[in-house]
Amino acid sequence: MTEEVPRLVDHLFRREAGKMVSYLTKVFGMGNLALAEDVVQETLVKALETWPFNGLPDNPSAWLMRVARNRAIDLVRREAHFKYIAPDLAYLFKLREEGAAPEPQREKEIQDDQLRMMFSCCHPDLSADAQVTLILKTLCGFSVSEIAHALLSQEDAVEKKLGRARKTLRESGTFVELTNNLDIPRRLETVHQALYLLFNEGYHGSRSDRKEPEELCYEAMRLTLLLCEHPQGQRPKTYALLSLMCLNAARLPGRLSDDGTLIQLEFQDRSKWDPALIGKGLEYLERAWAGQAVSEYLVEASIAGLHCSAKAYAETEWGRILELYNLLYHLKPTPVVALNRAIALGKAEGLEKGLEELRNLPGAGKLREYPFYPAALGEFHLLAGRPKEAEAYFAEAVKRSRNEPEKVFFERKLKSCQ
Amino acid sequence: MADFLYLFWNKGGVSRMDTASPEEIQKMMQKWMAWTETLKKGGHIKEGGVPLQSAGKVVHGGRKNVTDGPYAEAKDVVGGFILVTAKDLDEATELSKGCPVLEGDGMVEVRPIRSLPA
Repeated sequence: MTEEVPRLVDHLFRREAGKMVSYLTKVFGMGNLALAEDVVQETLVKALETWPFNGLPDNPSAWLMRVARNRAIDLVRREAHFKYIAPDLAYLFKLREEGAAPEPQREKEIQDDQLRMMFSCCHPDLSADAQVTLILKTLCGFSVSEIAHALLSQEDAVEKKLGRARKTLRESGTFVELTNNLDIPRRLETVHQALYLLFNEGYHGSRSDRKEPEELCYEAMRLTLLLCEHPQGQRPKTYALLSLMCLNAARLPGRLSDDGTLIQLEFQDRSKWDPALIGKGLEYLERAWAGQAVSEYLVEASIAGLHCSAKAYAETEWGRILELYNLLYHLKPTPVVALNRAIALGKAEGLEKGLEELRNLPGAGKLREYPFYPAALGEFHLLAGRPKEAEAYFAEAVKRSRNEPEKVFFERKLKSCQ
Repeated sequence: MADFLYLFWNKGGVSRMDTASPEEIQKMMQKWMAWTETLKKGGHIKEGGVPLQSAGKVVHGGRKNVTDGPYAEAKDVVGGFILVTAKDLDEATELSKGCPVLEGDGMVEVRPIRSLPA
């Protein structure tokens, strides 16, 4: 019977909240972000109070936008000062007085509003962390407690961060315009970084046992796609970022076993990978390579692409992967990249070479708490037929593990040495 | 068959939904729709539900004092109502148990409508 109940699209309200906040912020101005959020809340509650009795509207999204907009018009009418900051609404208000109802917004306008919001959230004075928090709140419709859960933070810390961020935006005054804005290319970098961080938070979100971390991945992908569809965001680097996300997200279904433990790439069931996402990812990768600029996203996407394209683990093209890691390390010389590069080196040119590289890893001091560093050493020793040495490394990895799936995984590895 | 009034009461005067996230509101929406759908299918809905705004006035007897209400007087506030048709009070009561307002602190008051001579 429940199947016959009209169903809303999954996460519809979350999506629509993001759209409405973006639109209303354009109307009220950046200084009134909190007011925009209040109007959206009211609108959703109004839907909750009427839809169950009157039935779903034919176009729920349009209904929500219309109600939010009408509420905004009322506010503008009541508060005279809004007429100055919201010329768009004052005009709509006039139309309504004359009997002409405002047209529901076109999809294109709504997309532009969200992009403006995205660029506005990535204010250069805000930390990357604050930018991501703001994006989740305003564009993804996450509540404070949902953000705290997703970013492994405390609710009051998130609340404070949002308060400070809103203040920064209020003081900076304006909503970022998309056209004729010299600031856009600079901000695009920041937008890329924030989206990359959002995606990784879901993908590698390894410090907790939270439910559905993939949601962050899908939100990041949705926003990156939006960016790709706009002339101001359509850059090879944006395609590279989207490709990277698709090719990694495609492998999410194969990453965990039924009991929730991690499965090594080598033993993953590749038929579980999402072929449609891989296809999209490779398509975006091609578009990204067509540009002139080599970015770290492009190289990372290319590496993910090679993994996705290998029919079996044994067919992995380690030589090419190593070349890409060399390039990546050149662009982004971090210890984690060095670690992955060393693993590729071992796979491409022999275990002992890989081990030597791992032992002399540049920046190893910064990996003191990272469980996958000792795990990589353990793995290479194990493959070289030295389980005794491997054992000590896996024991260290168990000690450093940051959540239950990691712990179980390293413990199994440890056992296989004994 | 007889007619009944369901009154939906919100504890503390405010709906939990005023601070809920969009995702939570959507989940609540799904539950309400499932419940009203059950009522509709069984031919129980006499008059579609009517939500009430939380702001309002209360006019007091005697001197007809007007206060902002309704929560100045009562901690619990009616958030809406609906008219249903059921065999008897037992059935009406049973049907009300699916109401999502009960998942929070809320309550449903089931009142038979007194039938008037024609």
